[in-house]
Amino acid sequence: MVKPELGSLIGAVVILGFFSAQSDVFRSLAGVANWLDVASVLGIMAVAVALLMIGGHFDLSAGVMTGTTALTVGIVAVELQQNIWVAIAAALVLALGIGAFNGWLVTRTGLPSFIITLGTFLMLQGLNLGLTKLFTGTVIVRGIADAPGYHSAELVLASTIDVFGQPFRVAVLWWLLVTAVASWVLLRTRFGNWVFATGGDEVASRNVGVPAQRTTIVLFMTTATAAWLVGSITAVRLTSVQANTGTGQELIYIVAAVIGGCLLTGGFGSAIGAALGALIFGMTQQGIVYLNWDADWFYFFLGAMLLLAVLTNRLVRRYAEAARR
Amino acid sequence: MSTATDAPGGAPLLELRGIGKDFGSVIALEGISTAVRAGQVTCVLGDNGAGKSTLIKVLSGVHRPTRGELLLDGEPVDFGAPRDALDAGIATVYQDLAMIPLMSIWRNFFLGSEPTTGWGPFRRFDRATAKEVTRRELAAMGIDIRDPDQPVGTLSGGERQSVAIARAVHFGARVLILDEPTSALGVKQAAVVLRYIAQARDQGLGVVFITHNPHHAHPVGDRFLLLNRGRSMGDFAKGEVTREQLTEMMAGGDELTRLAEELGRPGGA
Repeated sequence: MVKPELGSLIGAVVILGFFSAQSDVFRSLAGVANWLDVASVLGIMAVAVALLMIGGHFDLSAGVMTGTTALTVGIVAVELQQNIWVAIAAALVLALGIGAFNGWLVTRTGLPSFIITLGTFLMLQGLNLGLTKLFTGTVIVRGIADAPGYHSAELVLASTIDVFGQPFRVAVLWWLLVTAVASWVLLRTRFGNWVFATGGDEVASRNVGVPAQRTTIVLFMTTATAAWLVGSITAVRLTSVQANTGTGQELIYIVAAVIGGCLLTGGFGSAIGAALGALIFGMTQQGIVYLNWDADWFYFFLGAMLLLAVLTNRLVRRYAEAARR
Repeated sequence: MSTATDAPGGAPLLELRGIGKDFGSVIALEGISTAVRAGQVTCVLGDNGAGKSTLIKVLSGVHRPTRGELLLDGEPVDFGAPRDALDAGIATVYQDLAMIPLMSIWRNFFLGSEPTTGWGPFRRFDRATAKEVTRRELAAMGIDIRDPDQPVGTLSGGERQSVAIARAVHFGARVLILDEPTSALGVKQAAVVLRYIAQARDQGLGVVFITHNPHHAHPVGDRFLLLNRGRSMGDFAKGEVTREQLTEMMAGGDELTRLAEELGRPGGA
């Protein structure tokens, strides 16, 4: 069986080699910490989105949901003056609710998840702005650092760890943990088998007794949980949250997952691939800055990577269905 | 495999009594009765749109029948979901939908019934067992698979049907429903599948073989249920009907004669 993440692994090595050869800042410890930081927050989401895509669905509300959860943490902690852990717990409950709603609506109606989550995306975008204004009178929630319990939350979500004297963001550890757990679940558990099956052929999986609807709903709740983790990290790290946080990121997650080998049609892909896709994204974004190139080239490059990945993925699918008669 | 306790005279494994199914105002099935016995093959024959698919879905728990009774070992049963039918030992191998092409053979083999090891949050899919059992079961059916890790999509149609049959047998199916297993296959591949059907029968399973090809049905069948537009055109035992009669009933005898005349005219003139 072809490994889905092979292409992204080669891509990551090539890009690492290219920028390391060109820029000594890029290959310095400070540089590594910098691009790993960019990759980590994106990677947590890309991995969850990859699971969902393997399960055959998209979640366009994933980006804005990182904003929704970050704002919830801010509003509950600052405006409602609760302990920050209470605020983080409230954001989790909300995220799980939104994820369950997305999943329930998709399984219930059989409509494309693309259009359903586009709907929740727009609704959340409006709610983020509307409720932030309602609570704060502005489009920003400030003062999260003053909430009770902030220091313990900072330690868990936004501290740094020194490696050879260079501080690395703790988010990198979260990213590695999420990737490891997701990969384990996908490849080593019954649920993982159901994810592949549901995305590969939902009717066939139901016929052999796979709880396809439950699998889909759990996957939507997983992307929502990832959004909650990223939202909480964002809120605690920045201590203030803009109402438009996360908007527009949803497509980047999908790009990272596709670069990592996920098929748009579902049923194939890998969590490690998506993490590597996020790594490619982080290295390129920071690498271009270090080389003093115009940042516009970043998007050109990203688009080219995406096309290359999609073409490779198509070959993989052809191979796997080669003898279909 | 627990053997069938029912002698030919006893209660059949599965019995249908006057089964009917409506979709809104459309009557898809009406008055279907037949029996499936252990170690026998019941063939369901019918043209496209005869109601074969609906009948399978009733037997496999996808649809609830609107009328009539389904009896398992002589006891009435009511399947609310495919899982219920599976748990009762009724396994269905669907024409095109039996397998996920992008998944490996061993993942497909155990799909929905994965063996696990470990405990609590560390309970995991026992991959070593799954691979080993897949290899063993396929070998027992005489299916030679090079590598259980290869995607099912790379198998031929006949191989895929055979894997699906082996899977059903392994999971203790007592009744095996095969939906047009030979229809998309060439002569050689079809012969391979027919041999597996006979093998499943010899292992004591009750087989329901759905087909529109009397040449495939007659050699292996013990009972023949003919469907036309959702109604039964007869339920015959093997001795009661010849292959020619089956072919004629399937083709709608008179219609075919008339068609032959109609098509023959310009050439004959």
